[in-house]
Amino acid sequence: MVDVNDHLNTEALDELKEVMEDDFSLLIDTFVTDSETRLQTLSDLVMGTDADAIRREAHSLKGSSSNIGATKMTDLCKSLEDQGKDGVLDGVQGLKDAIAQEYQLVKGLLEQHYS
Amino acid sequence: MSKSLKILIADDNDSDRLILTAIVKKEGHESVTAANGQEAVDMYKEHKPDIVLLDALMPVMDGFNAARLIKEASGEDLVPIIFLTSLQDAASLAKCLDSGGDDFLSKPYNRIILKAKINAFSRMRTMHSAIQEHNKQLLLEQQVAKTIFDNVAHLGCLDAGNLKYSLSPLAVFNGDTVLAERKPDGGMYVFLGDFTGHGLPAAVGSLPLAEIFYGMTGKGFNIEEILREINQKLRKILPTGVFCCGSMIDMDFYEKSAKVWVGGLPNCFLYHSGNKEITELISKNLPLGVLDSKSFKPVFEEYSLDIGDRFFLWSDGIIESRNVEGEMFGEDRLRDVFYKCQEPEELFQQTLSAVDEFIGVEGVRDDDITVLEAKMVEHAELGESNLQNMKGTSVGPMDWELEFVLKAATLKLYNPLPLVLHIVTEVEGLRSVSGQLYTLLAELFSNALEHGVLNLSSELKKSTAGFAEYYQARTKALEQLSEGEVKVTLRHKPLNLGGLLTIRMEDTGNGFDHESIINRSRTNKEYSGRGLPLISKICDSFAYKGKGNIVEATIQWPVVKKI
Repeated sequence: MVDVNDHLNTEALDELKEVMEDDFSLLIDTFVTDSETRLQTLSDLVMGTDADAIRREAHSLKGSSSNIGATKMTDLCKSLEDQGKDGVLDGVQGLKDAIAQEYQLVKGLLEQHYS
Repeated sequence: MSKSLKILIADDNDSDRLILTAIVKKEGHESVTAANGQEAVDMYKEHKPDIVLLDALMPVMDGFNAARLIKEASGEDLVPIIFLTSLQDAASLAKCLDSGGDDFLSKPYNRIILKAKINAFSRMRTMHSAIQEHNKQLLLEQQVAKTIFDNVAHLGCLDAGNLKYSLSPLAVFNGDTVLAERKPDGGMYVFLGDFTGHGLPAAVGSLPLAEIFYGMTGKGFNIEEILREINQKLRKILPTGVFCCGSMIDMDFYEKSAKVWVGGLPNCFLYHSGNKEITELISKNLPLGVLDSKSFKPVFEEYSLDIGDRFFLWSDGIIESRNVEGEMFGEDRLRDVFYKCQEPEELFQQTLSAVDEFIGVEGVRDDDITVLEAKMVEHAELGESNLQNMKGTSVGPMDWELEFVLKAATLKLYNPLPLVLHIVTEVEGLRSVSGQLYTLLAELFSNALEHGVLNLSSELKKSTAGFAEYYQARTKALEQLSEGEVKVTLRHKPLNLGGLLTIRMEDTGNGFDHESIINRSRTNKEYSGRGLPLISKICDSFAYKGKGNIVEATIQWPVVKKI
C-alpha cells in the first residue's frame, strides 16, 4: 500500500487548494503538461553529455515539483541537478527513470485525491 | 488590507506562475506575468509594476540579467525585485542580490512569507516615494532660494573685461561666492568667499554678504569698512562654526595698485606678467564671522602692479580635488601649472584643464571648483563705473549749504566720503555723475588729509618701494595724529537750468606753493602728486586759495559729457 505522505506534502497541497480555489484543477493540469514536456527533454538530455543542460532542466522540475508538494520527486530532481552541477554523468539515466516513475505515481495520487 | 499593487511575476514554469498569480490575487494585488527574462524586461517597461518577482534561472534571458536591465530602466524609482529561487548555495543567493535583487523567496513558495515580503517592500516603496517627494520639494525650494540669491548677488561687474571666473551654477549651495563691483571712483572690488558647510546653511550667509558688498561699494565705503561690516553681520547671524573664508581685493586702475585682504583661504596667487613670477597671497586673517568687532583688525597687503599682472583667487575645492586613487591635486601641482605656463592669458583655462585632467573621468569633482582671475588693465579699457541709482525722482534739495568739520580723532578712524556723497547725490541732477563726484571728493579729501594735515610728501609715491613706504608713513602719521582738522563745505545753488555745486576743503596743514605747481602741471604730465590732471578733467572750475591749504571746485549740471 502506498502511503500518500511519503510522496506528497498534503498539508501544503491543502493550502494550495485553498489559495487556488477554482484554478486548482488547472494547476494540476498545468503541472502534468509541464512535467511531461520536461521529462521528455530530460530523456533526450541523459543520452548526451551536456551536464549543464541536465542541471538546468532538473532544477526547473525541482522547482515546480516542490511547489506542488511532491516531496520525493523534488528530492530526486535535486539529486539529478547536483550530478549535473558536478558534471557526473554516470547513472543520470537511472535517476531520470526514477523521476519519471515517481512522477507517474504523483500524477496518480493527485488524480485520486485532488480532483 | 494594504493597498493594491501591480506585481510582475516572471517564471518559466507554468505551474509556478499559476501558483504565484493565485497567491498575489488572493492578497488583493494585480499581476502581470512573463515566462522568461526578456519578456520580464518588456513587461516591466510596458506595465511599470510596483514589485517584481523574478525567477533566477530562465531561458532566453536569466533573472540576473533581467534584474540589471529592470533596475536600469527604473531610474530613480524604487522597484523592489524579489528573486524566486530554489538555489541554496550562498554564492548563488549572493549573486541574486549583487545583480540588483532586493530579496529572495525560496521554492516551495510560502504564502505567508510572500505576503509579508510584499507588504514590507510596499512600505519601503511608500517611504521611498515620500523621500523623493521631499527631495523634489527641497530642489524646488533650492531653486527659489537660488533665484532670490541671484537677485541679491546679481552679477555685479563679473562680466568686466579684466575678470574671469569659474563658478558652478549651484555654487551657492556649496557655500562658494564670487562678487565683483566697480567702485564709484572707477576702481573695482572683487571678492571670493567660501562658507563652511554645504547646502542651505552654507548658502544663507551669502545673502547678507552680497547685500553688504554691493550696497556699501555703491555708497563709496572703503575695503576695511566693508569687511568690518560683513564680519560683524556674519558673526551676528551665523551659528557657531559657520563662517566665511575669503579674499577681497581693492583694485585701483589709475594708480595701478591693489590692496589685498585674505582670510582663511589657501594661498592665492599674484602673477606678475613681466617676469612670470608668482607672489603667494598668504592668509593673515581669520575668516569672516569669527571675531567680534573689537578683535577684528584686518591686515592688508598693498601691491604696485603692472598692466597684465593678475590675481588668482580660489577656494580649497581646487586643491582638494581628488583623482581616482583618492590623491589630492595639491598646491605643488597648482604652482607647476603657473611655472610651466608661457602665455598668461591662458593661465586660467590651463589651471582648470590641469585639474580636470588630474581627476580624470572617474575622479571626484564636487562641482565646487571656484576660481577668479582679476587682471590689472588700463582704466580706459574698463570705462567709467555705471552705478545705477534706485531712488525715486524728486528734484531734491536745490539751495543749501553744509559745513562738516572733521577733527583729529575723527580723521583717524572715519571715512566721511560715503556720507558726503550721499548728501550731494540727494540732488537729483548730480546722481548721474556720482562716480566722478566720488573721485573728486576722494581726491580732494585725501590731498587735504595726507598732504595737508599729515604733511606727507607725494614724491614717495613715484617708485614701487616708495609706494609701500608712503602707505606705511600714512598709517603711522594717522596713528600719531593728535591735532588738525579738515573742513568740508558743500554749497548748492539752483541755476536757470540745473544747478551749481561748490566743494571747498580747508585743512590745517602748511599749504603749498600752488601757483608754481599748477603752472608746472599744465606742461608736465608726470606730475600726479595731487591728482590734479584728473581733477581738472572732472570739474568746471578748480582753484587753490589761501596759502594752498584751501581748495575750491565747482561742478555745474546738467553735465555735458567730457571725455
